[in-house]
Amino acid sequence: MSRQESLAAENRRKTILSVVLGIICIIYVLPVLTVVINSFKVNTYVKTDTFALPTGEMWAGFSNFIKGMTFGNYPFWSSVKYSVIITVLSTALIILFTSMAAWYIARVNSLVCKVIYYLCVFSMVVPFQMVMFTLSKTADTLHLNTPWTIPIVYLGFGAGLAIFMFVGFVKSIPLEIEEAASIDGCGPVRTYFSVVFPMLKPTMISVGILEIMWVWNDYLLPYLVLDINEYRTIPIHIQYLKGSYGTVDLGATMALILLSIIPVIVFYLICQKYIIKGVAAGAVKG
Amino acid sequence: MKGIFKNPIRRWGWLFLGPVTAAFCIGFVWPFIQGIYLSFCKFKLISKTSWVGFQNYAAALKDASFVHSFWYTALFAIVSLIFINVLGFAAAYALTQGIKGSNLYRTVFFMPNLIGGIVLGYIWSMIFDGILSRYGTSILLETKYGFWGLIILMCWQQIGYVMIIYIAGLQTVPEDMLEAAKIDGATKTQTLFRVTIPNVMPAITICTFLSLTNGFKLFDQNLALTAGQPFIIQPDGSTVKTTEMLALNIYNTFYGQNSASKGVGQAKAVLFFILVAGLGLLQLKFTRKREVQQ
Repeated sequence: MSRQESLAAENRRKTILSVVLGIICIIYVLPVLTVVINSFKVNTYVKTDTFALPTGEMWAGFSNFIKGMTFGNYPFWSSVKYSVIITVLSTALIILFTSMAAWYIARVNSLVCKVIYYLCVFSMVVPFQMVMFTLSKTADTLHLNTPWTIPIVYLGFGAGLAIFMFVGFVKSIPLEIEEAASIDGCGPVRTYFSVVFPMLKPTMISVGILEIMWVWNDYLLPYLVLDINEYRTIPIHIQYLKGSYGTVDLGATMALILLSIIPVIVFYLICQKYIIKGVAAGAVKG
Repeated sequence: MKGIFKNPIRRWGWLFLGPVTAAFCIGFVWPFIQGIYLSFCKFKLISKTSWVGFQNYAAALKDASFVHSFWYTALFAIVSLIFINVLGFAAAYALTQGIKGSNLYRTVFFMPNLIGGIVLGYIWSMIFDGILSRYGTSILLETKYGFWGLIILMCWQQIGYVMIIYIAGLQTVPEDMLEAAKIDGATKTQTLFRVTIPNVMPAITICTFLSLTNGFKLFDQNLALTAGQPFIIQPDGSTVKTTEMLALNIYNTFYGQNSASKGVGQAKAVLFFILVAGLGLLQLKFTRKREVQQ
C-alpha cells in the first residue's frame, strides 16, 4: 500500500468513527429529550405513548409546569430555594474551613495534625449508611436540622476529601513565600489569608465543583436530617411526588424533572472545563 | 526558620483547626463511635439501649433479605464494573484518535454524571415503563428487568466519568513508544494491547475500584428505579425484595415497618462499612504495589 493510500484509508476510518460516535451521542441524549417531550404531554399519554411527540390531543402546553409548581403539597420553588441555600452555604463553609485546616496540618504537622489528617482519610472510605442513623440523631439533638445549620453537618461529613485534596496541594507550595511574608511582619492569620489563600484557587475550584455536585444531588442526608414537612430539597421533593400518592401525575413529574436538570446542564456547559478537571482530581474517592 | 515560623502558627491552632475539628466530630467521629456501640445494643430510641453482644450480627447474617441483597449487590457491582469500564475505555480510546467533534462528544458523554441519582431513577423508570408497558409488563414486576434496567442506568451515568479518567491516562502514553511500535510493524490491535493498555494500568486500577465501590454503595438510583420490587414471600413469612441492594436493605431495616430492628440495622451497617473499607484498602495495596514497580 502506498503512503497516500494508507493516509486515505486512515481518513476514511476516522470519518466512520466520527459518524458512529455521533450516532451514539444522539442515542445518549435521547433520555433527556424524552423528559422534554413528556413534560409537555397530557398525563394519561405519558405511560402509553412515552416516545411519541406531544401532538394533537396529547399536547398539554405549559399546564404540567403550572400544576407542578404546587404539586405534591409543597411549592416547588421552596425546594429550589432550600437546595440553593444548602449547596451554597455548605460549599462555602467547606472551602473556607478545610483549606485553613489543611494549611495548618501541612505546615505544623504535629501529632494532633496527623491524627486529624488520618481520621479524614479514613472517613473517605466510610459509607454513609454506617453513620446515617446516629448522625441524624446527633444533628437533631444539636438543632442542625434547618437549611441554615445543615451545612455544618456537610462540613463534618464531607471534610475528608476536601482536606485530603488541600493538604496535597499545600505541600507543593514552596515554603519560602510564606517565610518571606513572615519576615516582612505578617502574622500567621494574615499570611494565610493574603498569601496562601489566593494560591489555593485551582484546588478550591476542584473541591468546590465536587462539593456542589455532591450536596446538590444528595438525597439521604437532608432527608434524614431536615424536617421534611417544612424543608425539602429538590431530590426530596421529586422522591415525594411518587412516594406519597398512589397514582402519580407523570406529566407534572416530568415537568419538574426538566426544571431541575436545566440549571444543572447550564452550569455544566458554562463550567465544563473546571468540572471535568475537578472530577478527574477527585477520582481518588468513590 | 522553625523557631520564627512554627510557633506563631501554633498559637492560632484553635482558629485554623477548630471549626473543622468540631464539625468533623459532630458529622463523623461521634456518629461513627456511637454507631459501633449501638451495633451491640438492642434499642428503639437512642436514649434507651441494652447491651446484647453479637446478637444483632447473628440476626443480620441470618436475615434472608440481607444475604440476598449482598449477593445481588455483588453481582450488580461486578457486571456494572465490566460494562462501564469496557465501554468507558472504548469511548476514551475513540476520542483520543484525533477525530472531528471529539470535544462535543466528550461533553455529551459526561453530561448524565451531573444529574442526581433520584432524578435519574425517575427518568429511566418512565423510559423502561414506556417500553415494557407495550408488552403488558413493568420494571417493577420482574427481577431481571430491575437488574438490567439499573445496569443500563448506571452505564449511562458512569461511562462518561470513567471515560474522563481514561482520557487523562491515555494522554500520558509516551508518543515515542507508539511510534516505535508502528515502525516495528505492530498492528493497531497489537499496539493497543501491548503498549497502550499496560501504560494506562494506573487509570484502569482507579476506575475499576471506583466503579466497584460505587456499585456496592449505590442507593439513590436503586430507591428511585425499583425501590427493591418485586417481592418474594419466604416460607417463614418474611419478605425478600429481589432488587434491593445492600444500602437500601440497611435503610429499610432502620426505617421500615419493624422499628424494633434498629440494632440489627446498625450491625448490618457495620458489616457494610467493613466490606466497603476492605475494598478501599485493597485498592490502596494495588496502587502502592504499582508505585514501587515504577
